[in-house]
Amino acid sequence: MGRSATDLARYPEPVAILVDENTRVVVSGMTGSEGTFHTRQMLEYGTKVVAGVTPGKGGTEHLGLPVFDSMEEAVTATSPNAGLVFVPAPFAKDAVLECAAAGLPFVTLITEGIPILDSVTMMNRLRSEGRTRLLGGNCAGIISPSKCKMGIMPGHIFAEGPVGLVSRSGTLTYEIVWELTRTGLGQTTCVGIGGDPVPGTRFLEVLEMFEADPATTSVVMVGEIGGTDEEAAAEFIKTMKKPVVGFISGRTAPPGKRMGHAGAIVSGSKGTAQSKVDALREAGATVADTPSEIPKLVAASLAASV
Amino acid sequence: MKLHEYQSKDLFSKFGVPVTPGEVASDAEGALRAAQALGGKVVVKAQVLMGGRGKAGGVKLFDRPEDAAAFAGELIGKRLTSVQNPTGMVVEKVLVAQQIEIAEEYYVSILLDRAEQKLVVMCSKEGGMEIEEVAARDPQAIARLVVNPIWGVEDFEIRSLARRAKLPTNVVRQFVPMVKSLVKAYIESDAELIEVNPFALTTDGKLIAADAKVSIDDNSQFRHPEFRETADDAAENPLEAEAARQGIAYVHLGGDIGIIGNGAGLVMCSIDEVSAAGGKPANFLDVGGGAKADRVEKCVRLVLSDPNVKGLLINIFGGITRGEEVAHGILEAFEHLDVSIPVVARIEGTGAQEALNLLSGSKIVGATTMQEAAQRIVALAGA
Repeated sequence: MGRSATDLARYPEPVAILVDENTRVVVSGMTGSEGTFHTRQMLEYGTKVVAGVTPGKGGTEHLGLPVFDSMEEAVTATSPNAGLVFVPAPFAKDAVLECAAAGLPFVTLITEGIPILDSVTMMNRLRSEGRTRLLGGNCAGIISPSKCKMGIMPGHIFAEGPVGLVSRSGTLTYEIVWELTRTGLGQTTCVGIGGDPVPGTRFLEVLEMFEADPATTSVVMVGEIGGTDEEAAAEFIKTMKKPVVGFISGRTAPPGKRMGHAGAIVSGSKGTAQSKVDALREAGATVADTPSEIPKLVAASLAASV
Repeated sequence: MKLHEYQSKDLFSKFGVPVTPGEVASDAEGALRAAQALGGKVVVKAQVLMGGRGKAGGVKLFDRPEDAAAFAGELIGKRLTSVQNPTGMVVEKVLVAQQIEIAEEYYVSILLDRAEQKLVVMCSKEGGMEIEEVAARDPQAIARLVVNPIWGVEDFEIRSLARRAKLPTNVVRQFVPMVKSLVKAYIESDAELIEVNPFALTTDGKLIAADAKVSIDDNSQFRHPEFRETADDAAENPLEAEAARQGIAYVHLGGDIGIIGNGAGLVMCSIDEVSAAGGKPANFLDVGGGAKADRVEKCVRLVLSDPNVKGLLINIFGGITRGEEVAHGILEAFEHLDVSIPVVARIEGTGAQEALNLLSGSKIVGATTMQEAAQRIVALAGA
């Protein structure tokens, strides 16, 4: 069942989780078109991007940042503590494991379309090595508003505040965050765990971090059909002191059809939205029927928990 | 991507797993030659990628090659429908396989265990029926073996699996190397699913894969040129096949409200909202990030080529993609296409106001929330 609370002691415990103003990011695949566009956006947001890695382009400069041939050289020269990977799917596993070998404790993988076997191999190796947390792939990344944006989300829709958010989806998260922000409900950290069937970090682990984070007072969890990670998270929600508002998409998706995300598929009787909604409700979470209900439910949960 | 039975069996053979002797045929003459070569007593199986093929009349046993050929001739070109696939699929090829005398039927499958993030081999003594039925009736009847693909699998683990599944001890000697080969085939082919149902024990004591179901991970296509031809006819629906050719993330759902959005989660959510409003979604379509006018036009064209579509919902959250750019795309698409059905466009986030201003002169109806947009399109399409 993934990493447990005891493993999390290996990771630092910041206010806001996983990334903050002390996060120094190295970008793997920074010189590509995606990498260039989003690195520029991150720099504009104020993220401390310190270097890029592209094999064969070492010694050059890009967006005013040094580019290295290898992660090892980038780590030695610029002391980053987080890696962000943009390389195309066939090279994603290699890039992530290179980050881990160079000693980075945290890696976010944005790339979509990674072969499942690569994700499985990568996760089992990272877990046995035990020193790197992976977030993604196929995710929008992570943002601690006003502190650090490490990903492809539009920064201006986020605001600082007490809500922790974790989600398998990108644009649906933006939709929900936009409504939260406009209602005056800012966020500590928004974590995109991604739409792949074998995610590096799962709901349960992020909920554990939010529960331990003093700045987070309420949690929003956005799940979807496929797999049983929401059900596993619900077991932990039973023990949480902080209120959780949940939302599950794909409630009317037919079984056996893959709904855009590689992981969004109901297989046989496994992974249905109903099973997830039921598990969350039984665990004491409030489950919204439609995204526009979420701010109201979060506000109510905050008022009740004061 | 699902492989046909004959392709799956070819794959098994390549990895040294014994299969029923057989040949694929695409006409009656080919079937006749195959049946004669196989000794006359054969089973003819329609090669269609759908469940319930037997009940749909796509599988029959024959004692004489002439009868097998006649049936093959009837079957090829015919559309088979089943409970699982009411639209059905046209048979293009048949597999002519030797009849075997089966003493016992077992079940073996390999798939991804998402919770463990490893592979799992499942085995049951009760083969020949739907595994979901077995699981529902008696979960204990299915034994599991979790495999870390980095380490692979050892013989003793497979022996333990066989013991837990209560397979007869005299079968285990044949069973172990076969499962080992199937795991190897799974890993080396980037499979998503390998299912052998039944794994048949013949009356003369041989273990054979009597049926074979293999599905390959679409994301691995770049390193598997051997499956490239298969990819073409793997789509279960002509619109899905066309979408795949154009690189559009499209899933056919069979209703009458077309749905276009950006991001898988948002589109799934739009589908839920349309259903909640009493409508029947025709499709899932994700335009992808940063879609420009020509991309939007292609997507609109694809959705409208479904003759059942009576209304279109466009749901966009402008992030890094600006809302007004999408609005321009929609307008351009509508300039080139003669659209007579109602369209509701809901554009939120960055550039939403500009988008609304742009669309205000057109006959496209706006909406603020996703829920409201869904209710509008259902009402308009129903009128």
